[in-house]
Amino acid sequence: MRRFHALSRSAPMMALVAVLAISGCASKKALPNNPGDLGLSGAGANGAAPGTRQDFTVNVGDRIFFDTDSSVIRADAQDTLRRQAQWLNQYGSYAITIEGHADERGTREYNLALGARRAAATRDFLVAQGVSRGRIRTISFGKEKPVAVCDDISCWSQNRRAVTVLGGAGS
Amino acid sequence: MRTANLLKRAVVRMVAATLAVMLALAAPAHALVEIDINKGTVEPLPVAIADFVSADGIGADIAGVVAADLKRSGLFAPIDKAAFIDRDPGPDSQPNFENWRIINAQALVVGRISAEGGRLKAEYRLWDTFAGEQMDGQQFFTDKKNWRRIAHIIADAIYERLTRAEGCFGTRSGFASGAGPKQKRVKRLTIMDQDGANLRTLTKGGDLVLTPRFSPSRQEITYMSFDGGEPRVYLLQLETGQRELVGNFPGMTFSPRFSPDGQKVIMSLQQDGNANIYTMDLRTRQTTRLTASAAIDTSPSYSPDGSQIVFESDRGGRQQLYVMGAGGGEARRISFGEGSYSTPVWSPRGDLIAFTKQSGGQFSIGVMRTDGSGERILTTGFHNEGPTWAPNGRVLMFFRDRQGGGGPKLYSIDLTGHNEQAIPTPSFASDPAWSPTLQ
Repeated sequence: MRRFHALSRSAPMMALVAVLAISGCASKKALPNNPGDLGLSGAGANGAAPGTRQDFTVNVGDRIFFDTDSSVIRADAQDTLRRQAQWLNQYGSYAITIEGHADERGTREYNLALGARRAAATRDFLVAQGVSRGRIRTISFGKEKPVAVCDDISCWSQNRRAVTVLGGAGS
Repeated sequence: MRTANLLKRAVVRMVAATLAVMLALAAPAHALVEIDINKGTVEPLPVAIADFVSADGIGADIAGVVAADLKRSGLFAPIDKAAFIDRDPGPDSQPNFENWRIINAQALVVGRISAEGGRLKAEYRLWDTFAGEQMDGQQFFTDKKNWRRIAHIIADAIYERLTRAEGCFGTRSGFASGAGPKQKRVKRLTIMDQDGANLRTLTKGGDLVLTPRFSPSRQEITYMSFDGGEPRVYLLQLETGQRELVGNFPGMTFSPRFSPDGQKVIMSLQQDGNANIYTMDLRTRQTTRLTASAAIDTSPSYSPDGSQIVFESDRGGRQQLYVMGAGGGEARRISFGEGSYSTPVWSPRGDLIAFTKQSGGQFSIGVMRTDGSGERILTTGFHNEGPTWAPNGRVLMFFRDRQGGGGPKLYSIDLTGHNEQAIPTPSFASDPAWSPTLQ
């Protein structure tokens, strides 16, 4: 509860709180893994052509989030990865890069390894869902590429992530 | 305050017995000015550093660099030249000590810079004004463009004579400078003299670079770069700018450091979810695996004699410090305090290990003995990380991110926990490495 309260301090998180309250389908602890849920996408669910990168990012959700110092795929993240796997299996020409990231509340070297561990866990989940391992490359950026910039938990929780990047249409 | 014990006028110890007798017959035992740097707080010693005699302004420039070096150490308080009674003391005559004692100068530095055979000749003398004796007198020759280096050598000589510890003013710092917003920060490998002069950027900023470490024996740095898409450990020749990949590993390599003899690079190799520690011999190219755990083993650092390695591992659940033999094998955990421990670095004197500690949402820099006992925290705050030792094992440099501060900056702190200094850099700076003493 305390954590939820802390999150509500930032404006985007307030929006999130509203979305969660309306949808009522996510646990209170979980952060959204779908940018569409966040209301961040201008295009909306129907704005992206099926099979495009935009479709993947907007309608499937390209990223999952992790708990502090953990590479366990959370229940909410599993939902996202199942959608990702379904989509990736349908559009099999995309090469895939999974980027693992850590928040800035760790030391440089460990966070590089932690990001790699998160990317590997994400890859393994997708492979278990039928995505070919040969299509997937992983890379860790440690704490070097935060997406949310502030010095409290509302940002750190968004930076602990694995992002599935479509690496260009392969053969 | 322990100012009463400020000056320790130690009796000179006679080592060779015969010599001792002869000297004892010739003169009484000396009692010269000295600073005990092992004390917690030290009131800075007032010293007069006169402009060196020279035909142009270079004598004043050199005296200025010497004074700034000594002041930055926190152990010396250079006296304002406006207070000098004798304006232009040279190195050729004995000073009028009374005129220096009146302004409370415990020691006096004088010198001369002259041209000799196309080179620069620097002479300097250090006087104990209360004992009325010369403590040191040396001369150096160099190219004119190396005048700052001469100043650092003189500052080192003064520091060494008055503290009996190795001076480190002639060393350099390597670090990752950072520019731009946090989401798109551009990092460049940068080196500079210990006083911030001669700053050189070694990479262009196109590739993300981290954790530079100096070779103990050559003009080389090992570091990690994301160039080419795969994060890898590289070697960079400082003179030529030539860069080479270290090893051909099947995965991310990171957290590199040289062995004390400079012949090996020790680093982590990431494979799937775990990281293990490897070495590569730079001559034979042979790689050796030292750990085989299903955990994250990283931040390896050799003991100065090369016989042991300290590293961090989360094999017990959280990041803790472990020590193993240089050939690998069983590792023994040495950190047992509350929280997690990381980025261990073995002291050049061999007696201590510096680390980053995370506890209660705070990041601290601390030291412990090599068996894990005697833990001492030197600084605590929102984010302090990545200590590196001065070659004399008495000062640590690290980086600090203040909450809301926007980015990291470099700091140094004495082993005593005192004399914390911000190290000015033109932009954000992290991942500091203290160079060995230049040859």
